[in-house]
Amino acid sequence: MTSTNKLLLEAKGITKYFGTITALENVNLKVHEGECLGVVGDNGAGKSTLMKVLSGLYKPSAGALFFEGKEHVLNSPKDSQNLGLEMVYQDLALAGNLPIGENIFLGREPTKNIGFLKFLDFKKIQEMTSAHLEKLKINVKSADQKVEELSGGQRQAVAIARSTAFNAKVVIMDEPTAALAIKEVGKVLDLINKLKSTGVGVIVISHRMDDIFTVCDRVMALFQGTNFAESQLVKTSRDEVIGWIMGKK
Amino acid sequence: MEDKEKKQDSLYVKLIPYFEKYGILLLLVIMILVMHILQPDVFLSWRNVTNVFKQISWQSMLALGVFMVIVTAGIDLSVGSIMMLSLMILAIVAKAGAPWFIVVLVPLFAGFLCGLINGLGITLLRMPHPFIMTLGTLYIFRGTGNLISGGTPISGFTDEVRYLGHGRIDLTWLGLEKSQYLPVSLVLIAVVYFVFWVFLNHSRTGKWIYAIGGNPSAARASGINVNKILIIVYSLCGFLSGIGALILAGRTDSGYPNAGLQSELDAIAACIIGGASFFGGRGTVLGVFAGVMIMGILRNGLNLMDVSSFWQQVLIGSIIVLAVYVDVLRRDFGTRK
Repeated sequence: MTSTNKLLLEAKGITKYFGTITALENVNLKVHEGECLGVVGDNGAGKSTLMKVLSGLYKPSAGALFFEGKEHVLNSPKDSQNLGLEMVYQDLALAGNLPIGENIFLGREPTKNIGFLKFLDFKKIQEMTSAHLEKLKINVKSADQKVEELSGGQRQAVAIARSTAFNAKVVIMDEPTAALAIKEVGKVLDLINKLKSTGVGVIVISHRMDDIFTVCDRVMALFQGTNFAESQLVKTSRDEVIGWIMGKK
Repeated sequence: MEDKEKKQDSLYVKLIPYFEKYGILLLLVIMILVMHILQPDVFLSWRNVTNVFKQISWQSMLALGVFMVIVTAGIDLSVGSIMMLSLMILAIVAKAGAPWFIVVLVPLFAGFLCGLINGLGITLLRMPHPFIMTLGTLYIFRGTGNLISGGTPISGFTDEVRYLGHGRIDLTWLGLEKSQYLPVSLVLIAVVYFVFWVFLNHSRTGKWIYAIGGNPSAARASGINVNKILIIVYSLCGFLSGIGALILAGRTDSGYPNAGLQSELDAIAACIIGGASFFGGRGTVLGVFAGVMIMGILRNGLNLMDVSSFWQQVLIGSIIVLAVYVDVLRRDFGTRK
């Protein structure tokens, strides 16, 4: 992917202190339309903190976020969602007792008015879910199936579908393949490629070099809360990236 | 080989939702049949059937409230005490000579307020579990009820106040006899259960109540204000206990200190028999109704057969254990590990 594509999200000079601890110092990050950025780093390198800043969960101590060229201050995850920035959490954040469709639209359910009362529009949920799953080529028996009846990979697919159901422009995924059986990893990575092809910018945090080298266009390494190294994927190698994680150039 | 497994799987998946939804009704129908065979003349008589509904009328309100709380993976132990306190306040207000429409509204408001206290305590005071908050208010509300009434019964309400619990809808215009009337409390149960069925299944708030029970962190991540929903749920539970108080006032024509003693356990039992899961997110309004009916019919039937109430306790306890065991088996088949 080239950098001629439109710049979607840019973080400049992000610094985050927790008391006397410096979690992030002057970190920069960019994602373009249809691009996948891999973020690697050892435990404690600041990956999660950076993602929480991007999703509006933490406010940065210094630095600024630009979305489509405009500066935004995010006060809550709702703010980032409104911009078109979605998180896929590692623990999936799905309610197993609810069907796929109701999970995808949880908190943002379409309703219809009967008199002055608002009722859930199940038909619309069903139609929108089917259309959305179809678009992403996600195969499930039916949109009415409960999430707890799905395999780990299918659940991850639903979580990703959920994040993109409202025209997300950037999707941030925290270890999207960590909890999956090997045969399901491929399907999730295919799905990420599909998102890219629709113009979504994707940020993948992962420990798995296979993931990074299958779907990412660019990789950046954090080390002790700072930008350590960054490269187009074609210009680097697994061994080099693994070296970055351990702080060696 | 794989294909064969898939077919079996899809058969299970097809059957399970029906079993989950209607299995409890099957048990109810079987029980009605057994009782009818054992007591063919009496059990299904107009008089006895309306009796069962009158007997379960106030319990069914408590059970519905507790059910919503259980769906959020919570528990409300205070419903019996909320009902007693609301009843005592009703009795005092009635004795003070307030007009009937005030007397009727007072227990509903009192119940709602008690529930609100529970909800605020659980969320704002961050009690580690609703069990603790509502165990506390179980004592507080009953104690308050005794304090304001001096611990003595207060009797004698007007017909308007007693209407919901004691009123009769005449059906002679249908060509039925005078004794074949419809209890108002039966109509009230139907209306309240229908309204709450719509609320839980067809409103966004209702869906969120189920979502919170399924995975509270998913609900939070979806932008749902979990604390607000919990406060609504506990307040509604209190409100339903207030309706229970109004019905009981009509039935007994009296506010008395032992009203609703241990009825919270009956309410919980009805929910569990009806298929609600203690871990939250699971159960239906229809199931709770069936649970209440099963307990009501069991008590009524055993009374008709002159079986000691000690046996009733043993049987109800056994049904709870059996119902939950069936649920455990169902889950083993229904959910991927």
